[in-house]
This record gives sequence, C-alpha cells and structure tokens, in this order.
Amino acid sequence: MRRNGARHLLSMADLDRDDIEQILNLTGSFAEVGKRSIPKVPALRGKTIAWLFYEDSTRTRLSFETAAKRLSADTMNFSVSSSSVNKGESLRDTIETIAAMGIDGVVVRHRAAGAPQQVADWTDAAVINAGDGWHQHPTQGLLDLYTATSHLGDLDGKHIAIVGDIKHSRVARSNAIGFATMGARVTLVGPPTLLPPSLDGWPVEVTHDLDAVIDDLDICYLLRMQLERQKQAAVPTLREYHHEYGLTSARADRLGAETLIMHPGPMNRGVEIAGEVADRPNAVITEQVANGVSVRMAVLFLLLGAGLEPVDESAVGGGLAVA
Amino acid sequence: MGSIAITNGTLVDGAGTRRADLLIQNGVIAEVGEKLDGDTIIDADGLVVTPGFVDLQVHFREPGGEEAETIQTGSRGAALGGFTAVVVMPNTTPTIDSAAVVRQIHDLSIDALCEVVPSAAITVDRDGEALAPMAELVRSGVRMFTDDGVGVQDARMMRTALEYASGLSHLADGFEIVLAQHCEVDALAAGGAMHEGEWSSRLGMPGQPAEAEELMIARDVALARLTDGRVHFQHVTTARGVDLIRAAKAEGLKVTGEATPHHLCLDHSAVASFDTVFKVNPPLRTPVDVTAIKAGLLDGTLDAIATDHAPHTRQDKERPFLDAPPGMIGVETAFAIANTELGADIEKLVELLSINPARIAGIDDRHGGPIESGRPANLALLDLDEQWTITGAALASRSSNTPFEGRSVRGKIRHTIWNGDLVVTNGEATR
Repeated sequence: MRRNGARHLLSMADLDRDDIEQILNLTGSFAEVGKRSIPKVPALRGKTIAWLFYEDSTRTRLSFETAAKRLSADTMNFSVSSSSVNKGESLRDTIETIAAMGIDGVVVRHRAAGAPQQVADWTDAAVINAGDGWHQHPTQGLLDLYTATSHLGDLDGKHIAIVGDIKHSRVARSNAIGFATMGARVTLVGPPTLLPPSLDGWPVEVTHDLDAVIDDLDICYLLRMQLERQKQAAVPTLREYHHEYGLTSARADRLGAETLIMHPGPMNRGVEIAGEVADRPNAVITEQVANGVSVRMAVLFLLLGAGLEPVDESAVGGGLAVA
Repeated sequence: MGSIAITNGTLVDGAGTRRADLLIQNGVIAEVGEKLDGDTIIDADGLVVTPGFVDLQVHFREPGGEEAETIQTGSRGAALGGFTAVVVMPNTTPTIDSAAVVRQIHDLSIDALCEVVPSAAITVDRDGEALAPMAELVRSGVRMFTDDGVGVQDARMMRTALEYASGLSHLADGFEIVLAQHCEVDALAAGGAMHEGEWSSRLGMPGQPAEAEELMIARDVALARLTDGRVHFQHVTTARGVDLIRAAKAEGLKVTGEATPHHLCLDHSAVASFDTVFKVNPPLRTPVDVTAIKAGLLDGTLDAIATDHAPHTRQDKERPFLDAPPGMIGVETAFAIANTELGADIEKLVELLSINPARIAGIDDRHGGPIESGRPANLALLDLDEQWTITGAALASRSSNTPFEGRSVRGKIRHTIWNGDLVVTNGEATR
C-alpha cells in the first residue's frame, strides 16, 4: 500500500491476506461504532480529506462521506462538473491545486483506469481509489469480502461465481483478486464478448454456462449490466442476456439455502437479476451497502489515522490494536 | 566556409568498411584518400564515419504545435542524433496537403540543422474523403505520401491513391512515389489506449488488438499487388505483420517497412505504471512481437529504423492514460538504442538508419552514401562504445517525453556534418 512514502489504497492487488484480514477486523470494530446512539469517534479529528470525483457516483460517495464524518474528519468537495477541469486543467494541476490547500487524503473516482495511481505519483497525501474506469474498486472489493465472511466465515475453498460483464467491470477485477487472495475458488461467468480479451495471470476459472456452476456456489455475485452494451452488440438483446446469464427465479431456486446473492448496485431488476430474487432472504445486497460505510471507515483510519503507530484504542472504541 | 579534413576514421557506407581520410570543401566530399589536410581537422581515430542518418518519420509540430516542438528544436535533436535528413509527417495545422503548406515548411526550415523533407497527406486534411492534389505536391518536391496517424481506412480510396500515384513518376525524375501507411483498422482499434492482451485486460484498459495492424498490412499488400504500387509500412509492431511483409517481399511486391527504436526494446508491461510516457500509437506490444521486430530488422524484412519522434508538452502528457496523447520523442536517442538493443553490427545499422531510408524517401542522391568524392557532405561520426545515460531534460527537444529516462546506453554521435557544415561538434549543436 506504500507509494511515494505515503500509504495508498489503489488496487486489491496491493493487499495480501494479512492486510485484508487486518482491514476486515477493524471493519468489525467500526461496525460496532455504527450501532451506537451517537455513531461518531474522534479518530480523524483535524484530518482533511478531499473528494475528487470525476465520474458520477451516489452510493460510493455518500458511503465515503458518512465514513469520514463518523471519524470526525473534515472533508472538502471538489466538484468536477463546475470546476476548472471543465476548463481544460490537467489532472496534475488539479491535484496540486487541491494539495496546496492542505489535505491528508484524497478519494479519487475517475472514468480513466490508472488515474488514482497517477494522483499518488503527484501528491504526498494518501490516495484512495474509489473506482477507476474498468480497472479497480478496492473498497467495493473489501466490503464484499466483509459481507461474505460475516456470513460464511473463512472463505478458503468456497466457490464464488462472478457473473456478467467482467470485461468492463472494476468490481469484477477487484473481487476476482480479493476472493482469490482469501482462498476462495473464483469462476467468472459471462458471454465471451463480455470477458476480458486475456485472462493470463488471473486466479480464476471461466465458463460461459451459468447453469453448469449454479448448483455448486457459496456466493452468486451478479454484476450490473450496462444497458448500452446491447447497442455495442456485446449481447443480442437484454432479454436473451437475462435468459442465459441472469439469476432467474428458477436458477435462484437451485442455489443452496445458505448461498449468498450479492450485487454491487445499482441493480437492473429483470436483467441480471429477477426482481423477486433480489428480495430473497439470502440476498445480502442492502447489507453490502451498510458494510460499505464501516469498511471505508477502516480504510480511512488505517491510511490517515493509525499510520504504523499503535492505535489509540479509545479512539476506535473496539479494543483492537493495529500494527 | 573553409575546408574540413576528417582523418584516421573508419568509413562505413555499404561500399566496404575501410580506413580513409576525407576532405570536405564547398559542401561536398572533395576527396577520399590518405593524409588529407584542411582548414579544420577532425581527428576521427576510433570513430566510425557514416553517411548521415535519415529518419522516415518525425513530428516536429510546426506549424500548429510549437509549444511541443519546432522545426528548429526538432532538427537540433535530429542533428545531435546523427540525422542529416528527416521526413516530417503531414499532421500539422494546417495539414501538409497543398504546395502552399510545403512551401511554408521550407520557409520554416531556414534555420534547421538538417534537411527537412515534407511528406504530404494522401487525402485532404487526412480525413480519408478526397484525394489530396498529389501531382501538385509531387511537383513541389514531395516523394512520400501518408495520412500518418490514421491510415487510409477505405480500401477503394487506398487503391485509387496507389493507382494515381503510380502515374506521377515523370514528375519525380522517374522515382516511384511511395504511399506510407500507419496500419491500423479503426473498426477494431478505435478507443484503444494500449495493446489488447494480458496487460490491457489486467489494467482494465481498452485495447488495440494486433490484428488491427495485421489486417491493414494484409489489405495493403493485396492492393500493392493489384495496383503494382509502392507501399511503405510505417512503424510495424506485430510479429504477424512482419511475416506478411516478408511474404510480400518474397513475392516481389514493391513494399518496404520500418520499425521504431521503442518497439524493438519495450513491451506492453510498461503500461502497468500508468505513466503516459509509455502511451504510443501503435502501442507497445508483447515480448514475442519485440523479438519478431528485431528479427525482421536483422533479416531485411524491415528496411529502416524510423523514430516516429512525437513530442508532447508536459501538460498534455499529465492527463489520465486514456486521455493523454500518444507519442514518444526519439531522434536523439535512436542510434544509441539501436546500437545497444538490436544486436546488429555497424554495417547493418548504417543500412537501417541511412542507406535504406534515404532510398525509400527518394533522397538518395544526397543522403545515405556512398562516401565518395563529389557527393554532398552529409555525414555522422560515431563513437560506438561511449556509455551514457538518457535524461529527457538534457535532450534538445522542447518536450521531454522519452520512454528511456535513466536508461544506460552505448554509442554516441560525436560530430554531424550537413551539407559540409559542422552542425554538431563534440556532441554539441553549433547553433
């Protein structure tokens, strides 16, 4: 997670199993904080975090903001649509301008892969990737791991299918690495037109036949189908996509009772998931959202608060030391 | 201008490597012999004397992009790199697609440190819609046509251009006009920012498949056969592209090819840094392709090393990888990279950097050797063994987007003589 001396979270590939376990443990402590009557701790008081969102985001942004507020951090919003970026300012000039105001961390979302890594090269602040193009979305990966382990415990040997548009999905790239790092068996499921051109080096199996794996899953992870993919002829029709790759009611009936149904949101009910299936008891989709706040608290705290020093346990409130 | 004697050097010019002295007077080689004397004496003991290098593909950005480069700064870098002639690409603003713009390039080249040879667009404004006035352009001195970064997408347009160009030799002293192509089928590659494969998949980056290049090479080989026209393949990057050109040459078609210094030593894994200096079009490919490009240069399938020198300002490169403009600078480092990375002897390097490109560009009356009396004095004096470290900030270009920052290389240009004028002496440009 280190780069330029500062600590960053740019990709799930930056984290080994110990790192992930540390974050998930801390997430558990922060989840407790969230249940208090005043769900707020002074852990990041005096720290300033800037939001640099070059791409529309509602849930990720709200989740990060809630996390920062619960940690008592000051936040600064850089609204791209009304800013100098629209006047042609370079990414580097933008980040240097914001950094000049004095920030400890910056949360970056960008439609271009690698932008957060470039920002990390250009600033001393801690950089957190909140989604870059098709590349990575590590806090989504972490919240999914937290959600999965809170239900299933240890993920060693568990079978997880990630279904849908893998090619254009940063969630898929983060989760394939994250689940595999935690010992799970990952199968990617999708039509060839929605798979990456090469899977060399990916710790995954691949199939184009969802029905071949559906009976054997511990988690069925569905990706959002971008509706414009049909126009690009990646699939003939959304109806056909739903039939071949959607979690229909019939397929959902074949899942084990304990098998989790997950989705990063926002859902297209009736496309990648049948409307009724999303509301079944083993669908943990809203739980994922709730856990997002706790995970992001843990990440912000680790990068901006604790550093490598022992944690002030009263600040966390969970009695958990971070090395 | 006084005479210059070059003594004790080793001449390498494709006419037999030999030790000889040279006397340069009034811009030409007056004498090749022994123990020659002149007003200025350059002791070339330990140096190799070659015909000046010829770069078939540079972007000097003038007119239109002067903040990134000018003809003056670009040509200074070229001279420092041993080049005495460069073919400038037509993607300027305005596009080089009329005799008027060709004249403007000549006017802007008045202070250049090497010969600046304009190429011209095949189609007006390089938009693929209408043929540029090719006869007018040939009459103004153009010998190479290219739509540069885009390639002629439409097969019928390319066929027409090849046929029309084949009827213009009488305006060019019998030289067969050459159409140079950046081979890439837009339908497969548009929107891509790097080679499509293992790394683009991992990095979540839209890719440009090798097949986009191969398809257009295959098409243009077919059109060269159909029209008996001359096609030059610019910056070939794919193993199968090299194979297609090898087969076309075996068949006797009039095709030639080039490769860049960066494609013979860098591969797509460099993009993992997201450093936009590694964004280039055509993109850095796989290690297998790199090996094939080197083999193609060594076995004669590819005729020339051309830099595709493409300067970009800092602010243009300091954008997200997806949005940054493609291109790398290269004129000043080409020889050192080729000398260090290709595994070729100096005779082969002189073929690739001087003799062959001069012939392809139709300027072999004055560039590319041989070194003999009566020829214009366009020469480079090289130290093959000097080690140095490339630093972008130290290069003459107005831009510093070299992909070779910090790389240790072997081989340095000591002196460059253009039209009898010492434009580089002891590794320094004289103006």
